[in-house]
Amino acid sequence: MIENSLQLALDSAPFLLKGAYFTVVLSLGGMFFGLLLGFGLALMRLSRFKLLSWTARVYVSFFRGTPLLVQLFVIYYGLPQIGLELDPLPAALIGFSLNMAAYACEILRAAISSIDRGQWEAAASIGMTRGQALRRAILPQAARTALPPLGNSFISLVKDTALAATIQVPELFRQAQLITARTFEVFTMYLAAALIYWVLASVLAHLQNRLEARVNRHDQES
Amino acid sequence: MIRVEHLSKQFNGQTVLNDISLTVEAGEVIAIIGPSGSGKTTFLRCLNLLETPSSGRIQVGDVSIDATRPLTQQSGLIRKLRQQVGFVFQNFNLFPHRTALENVIEGPLVVKKTPREQAEALGRKLLAKVGLAGKEDAYPRRLSGGQQQRVAIARALAMEPEVILFDEPTSALDPELVGEVLATIRGLAEEKRTMVIVTHEMSFARDVANRVIFFDKGVIVEQGEAKALFANPQEERTRQFLGKILGSQQVG
Repeated sequence: MIENSLQLALDSAPFLLKGAYFTVVLSLGGMFFGLLLGFGLALMRLSRFKLLSWTARVYVSFFRGTPLLVQLFVIYYGLPQIGLELDPLPAALIGFSLNMAAYACEILRAAISSIDRGQWEAAASIGMTRGQALRRAILPQAARTALPPLGNSFISLVKDTALAATIQVPELFRQAQLITARTFEVFTMYLAAALIYWVLASVLAHLQNRLEARVNRHDQES
Repeated sequence: MIRVEHLSKQFNGQTVLNDISLTVEAGEVIAIIGPSGSGKTTFLRCLNLLETPSSGRIQVGDVSIDATRPLTQQSGLIRKLRQQVGFVFQNFNLFPHRTALENVIEGPLVVKKTPREQAEALGRKLLAKVGLAGKEDAYPRRLSGGQQQRVAIARALAMEPEVILFDEPTSALDPELVGEVLATIRGLAEEKRTMVIVTHEMSFARDVANRVIFFDKGVIVEQGEAKALFANPQEERTRQFLGKILGSQQVG
């Protein structure tokens, strides 16, 4: 029994790893574009122009207030009805990026707002523009505050990529489903998939810790 | 050097500064004293537009800001003004993620685009000048309050400003650290630097300032030559204030 399971797991490894590849692509892509868009949204949110901050606020409210699964369905199954047909992978990537951006926006906005006003004033007093102050003085400090919650969001994203299985992306969970349908080895396959998710999340958590230590280095004894 | 004309600031329907005009000549050291809430800090912050005046005109060197026009339309001018006006904060406001040296050279490097090598040479010289040679690589949290404030003074000096504004530079310090910061400022006064200092240190104001200005309720109540004003205040309000303060502070 155990031997059979092990053999099956080994036989299926190439399929699972191919799925894991898509999981990694979706995770990294979602993170990257989500952070980029989220940063833009955070700046809009902090802008003194009411229209910009209001737009960002509505965006965040919508993407945090609706299920990610529903968002994926709207993008993959819904958009073709208005003439916008997307392949599964790009559809999923767009969905995860848009969703991630909403969370990243709130995390970055909170982190930027948490920096003492005196830091903006000190930067302004030596003649910096707001952009220079943001880049040189505010963001390096805000990064410390933002990193732990961002890391949590990223780990959630890795796990949420399993939802892409529902829109035909051959990622890890979908591959496990396909193999299960053929072999009926439900327990082994899903456990193997779970272990791979665990490894991916652990690697990410480790990277997060290293990064946190790096941005906190000026707090250490020197 | 500095010319302020009819500066006013209202805030939530309250008048914080009421039609203040003041001229500061090059090389003058001015101390601003007054009870808390008198508007003296607000006035100082208006001088480099950290605070937005409601009306009036501020001129430093050849840069002139008209506060009745929207400041967002004059942001280039404001930055130009700020490069000529150093500001030292009550709470130092050093950049905590940068070393002492990096704090000092941040302005030259980013704003003036000074080559790094040249900026670092300047930064080391200034840190030595404020008595902090050897602390170049220390992060602010490893420095005492007095040391942090001296780094902040070096940071202001690094922009080679025409005038330096001090906002209660020793108020956040432990008593035993006040002296080293005052000594640093005294040294700058001896170099004939133009400075405006909001302070509660009366003996320091009397000894170092050329002119003392007494603020109360958003107006300049009285001003004059430092020693004369302390020895012989003309206004009743000044007398009351000095009486109260000098009762608690030794003016040797």
